[in-house]
Amino acid sequence: MASPTPSLQADSTLHIALVGNPNCGKTSLFNQLTGSRQKVANYAGVTVERKEGFFSTPQGRSVRVLDLPGAYSLSSTSPDEDVTRDVCLGRHRTETRPQLLIGVVSATNLRLHLRFLLELRSLGVPIIVALNMMDEAKRSGMTIDVAGLERDLGMPIVPVISLHKQGVHPLLEALDRPVPPPPAPLPDGTDIHAEVRRLIQTYVTDRSAGQERLVDRLDRWFLHPVWGPVILLVVLFVMFQTVFAWAQPLMDALEGGITMLGELLLRPLPDGVLKSLLADGVIAGAGTVIVFLPQILILFLWILALEESGYLPRAAFLLDRLMALAGLSGRSFIPLLSSFACAIPGIMAARTIQNPRDRLVTILIAPLMTCSARLPVYTLLIGAFIPHKTVLGVLGLQGLVLFALYAVAIVSGVIAARIMTRGVKSEEHPLLLELPPYRRPNLKSLALGLWQRAVMFLSRVGTIIVSLNVLLWGLSSFPLPPQGATGAAIDYSLAGWIGHLMLPIFAPIGFNWQICVSLIPGLAAREVAVSALATVYALGVSEDAAPEKLLPLLSSQWSIATALSLLAWYVYAPQCISTLAVMRRETRSMKIVLGATAYLFGLAYFAAFVVYHVTKAITGEA
Amino acid sequence: MWYLDTLPKGNYAIIDRVEERTAADPISARLCELGFVPGESVKIVATGPVGADPIAVTLGTSRFALRKGEAARIVLRRPV
Repeated sequence: MASPTPSLQADSTLHIALVGNPNCGKTSLFNQLTGSRQKVANYAGVTVERKEGFFSTPQGRSVRVLDLPGAYSLSSTSPDEDVTRDVCLGRHRTETRPQLLIGVVSATNLRLHLRFLLELRSLGVPIIVALNMMDEAKRSGMTIDVAGLERDLGMPIVPVISLHKQGVHPLLEALDRPVPPPPAPLPDGTDIHAEVRRLIQTYVTDRSAGQERLVDRLDRWFLHPVWGPVILLVVLFVMFQTVFAWAQPLMDALEGGITMLGELLLRPLPDGVLKSLLADGVIAGAGTVIVFLPQILILFLWILALEESGYLPRAAFLLDRLMALAGLSGRSFIPLLSSFACAIPGIMAARTIQNPRDRLVTILIAPLMTCSARLPVYTLLIGAFIPHKTVLGVLGLQGLVLFALYAVAIVSGVIAARIMTRGVKSEEHPLLLELPPYRRPNLKSLALGLWQRAVMFLSRVGTIIVSLNVLLWGLSSFPLPPQGATGAAIDYSLAGWIGHLMLPIFAPIGFNWQICVSLIPGLAAREVAVSALATVYALGVSEDAAPEKLLPLLSSQWSIATALSLLAWYVYAPQCISTLAVMRRETRSMKIVLGATAYLFGLAYFAAFVVYHVTKAITGEA
Repeated sequence: MWYLDTLPKGNYAIIDRVEERTAADPISARLCELGFVPGESVKIVATGPVGADPIAVTLGTSRFALRKGEAARIVLRRPV
């Protein structure tokens, strides 16, 4: 098949794609090339979604680059690799075939990466090879005859170091030269592995062979049958303690700032409906959620750093048996861990699971992994009801309760998965996971990742959350109370009416009507429930009750049984339309989504019921 | 017959071949793509905390985690 050789004028945009094995440094190369000029599809997982970026070469040619998901081969075994294969073959429904592929290979792992590169030769598309991590290879005593390898492969090779900007300059220069002709495909019947071996024998001298490398020393500890799990537990525990402790000063500062800003902005306005809308609906609503940005970012920082350092696959290795208990494999660990940040990237990361049943079960239990949007609710309730004291000398009780909430959710997930996989004839679930070399996380990549998440979170605050709060403000303000009414204004409003209507269903689990009202907007995004409570109570109690007054207010108005019951509800309830929407998109089945919704609401109601009545029995409340 | 899942930790061996459990076994195919092909040398560097499963295998410059069931497809011979 003759592929059209793209004709290129200097003014036309060059369409290229980065393609390579997982862990070849493709994403950091992409970040270096494009900087912040990237478009990440709405819910960014880690290289599972479509990442597109733009940059120009030194001579001013503009380039559009696609970061294809990492793949080991064109004979795909996962939806993730399907995308890479289809784009490379020009069979993708929405992507045009790239004019040029950048085959990214790591100099430190040529044996694996050259194999895929040789496979790409058969595509008939021009390829420039980016030979990455040359510095690391050199340090470990490896020399590569780049010119010889280039001649032999019939593709231009550009050594790059994707860790810093100068390191990718050779690639930029190569893009200014005319696009090379497509490489000749390998002769029929070539044994690719033998070819890789020949290339390595001819062009690579490795004096490090047999020496102990960093990865050996670290894996001796991190994969140790006893120390490995201990280290993992410590990492996870420290992670959750810092999310709670480090974020506190930042949150206090943000809260103060937002309150001041609100007062400053609204001072010129006369009292009335408009001021109430802006103060109680918009600013208070957005403010109570923005305050949680530090916590969410610290959590994401951990997940990104663990991912980049190469530790995450080790955690999957250690947890494989635990995952097998749930009827899954260690591969499910990464999607599930991502779900602690947000179930949406988690569900999407499940694409890397080859086994369809494992993938479905992982998607179904992903909402049980405590996502960061629950943190605002947890933080508020823990702050209001759990005393701020230390137990056993060093552990904060509040942090412990938070840890317990996470633990309960994980155990429930394991049990749920177990039940879902029971009775199904057990087939083999492959693990087959690469354990990449350890690397120091790249600050630029971390910063970009955090920035993308901050923007995502804040744009949600700006759109869904603020509009829902305005809607809720409307529901809670109108109709206005009749002249001479004595009760709180919200009692006469639509929200009060809806809340009272829901009350008979939720009274058995200890919810009052204010909670019922806040559950409604909480469906669109969990974290809204906090601001919704603020709105409901601010309107219900006094005119200018600021969000920070919510905390003492709740501890005085709710019983501990109600608070714990609401916490239990939040552990399970599928209070997030976006998650359900992604689930629908990934499984293409409404039946699965409805099933998931029903089982999660059922669990939530059951758990809240048990917690409420047990707590009441213990505390002896009426 | 000697398989990778029984190779003691720390010992080297050479891959003799990769068996298929089913016709066109996808796991065997993936193993080959990852470089588990005849003639390569392998070493087990770590075993999982429970039941020594999964195992971490060094293959050339790469390292993989395999469950024992996957490793049991790889037939070994002694290094010369």
